[in-house]
Amino acid sequence: MINLQLSGEEGYTPPGVKDFDLPPIVESLPYLTKVNLLVFLAVIIISIFFIAASRKASVVPSKLQFSGELVYSFVRDNLGKDILGPEFMRFVPYLFSLFTFVLVNNVFAIVPGLQFSSMMHVGFPYALAICTYVVYHFVGVKKQGLGHYLKGIAFMPGVPKPIYILLTPIEIATFFVVRPFTLGLRLFANMFAGHLLLLVFFLGGEHLLAGAIGLKLVSPFAFAMGIALTFFEFMVQCLQAYIFTLLTALYIAGSLADEH
Amino acid sequence: MTGSLNVIGYGIAAIGPAIATGMIFAAYISGVARQPESRSVLQPIAFLGFAMAEALALFGLVLAFVL
Repeated sequence: MINLQLSGEEGYTPPGVKDFDLPPIVESLPYLTKVNLLVFLAVIIISIFFIAASRKASVVPSKLQFSGELVYSFVRDNLGKDILGPEFMRFVPYLFSLFTFVLVNNVFAIVPGLQFSSMMHVGFPYALAICTYVVYHFVGVKKQGLGHYLKGIAFMPGVPKPIYILLTPIEIATFFVVRPFTLGLRLFANMFAGHLLLLVFFLGGEHLLAGAIGLKLVSPFAFAMGIALTFFEFMVQCLQAYIFTLLTALYIAGSLADEH
Repeated sequence: MTGSLNVIGYGIAAIGPAIATGMIFAAYISGVARQPESRSVLQPIAFLGFAMAEALALFGLVLAFVL
């Protein structure tokens, strides 16, 4: 790594990768970190919310029931029905749990007191991406048969023969390497970059506050920018949960279709 | 103050995906403006394209940290 020496200022270390290494909560249990606890917390919150929202369901919904149904119908209609076609109902449970799990875990990153998301550690998004990877290949093989499915991937119909020299390696790489790789990486990198951005403004603002009088005057702007970016982060978190589920639905739809 | 030249390189690399994202949403907006009922058809396509373009920027970000 090439370091760029700018000025003689000292005592300030810019936020970096090391800020994401959280120590274990209890010394004797090295695997029990805040990150793991947040995953369990997300599952508990989602379960309690949707059990409470779907219990005592009535024709005239309560506010709680309405908000639960709003999320469900959004996933079912926008991500399920519109993309997957007539067979969509089989996949709604998977899409719905994926969407809510990613969304709640993402939003933890800006909840005061928690302010960390498990999706900032690359293992968690990749676990979800591997689930999607298995699901869409399984669906494709089950629907079309192994040989036909692989033929559909490698030799896209309706293309002039010489083009296959170029197209076949690209298509195979897309289906087996690029898709799961980018799916996990996209979520991870968005959450990682967002947290880093907030750290830059808040830690930088704090450091400016400790500096000379001129720097003290600038630090409120850093904090204001940090607060504005927190709202921007909220938008990005919802968008990433949507995109993760959308891409999962699109990949499954591609496997369901006879020719893609 | 120390920093990494990688971040400057990443800034330059992010120009391409930034232009791409702008073009994707410009096309999406003008498509919806011409034909408002096509919104539900265009929306997943627009976000898919956006996600593809964004992935390139994110590769750059990861490489800026890894290298």
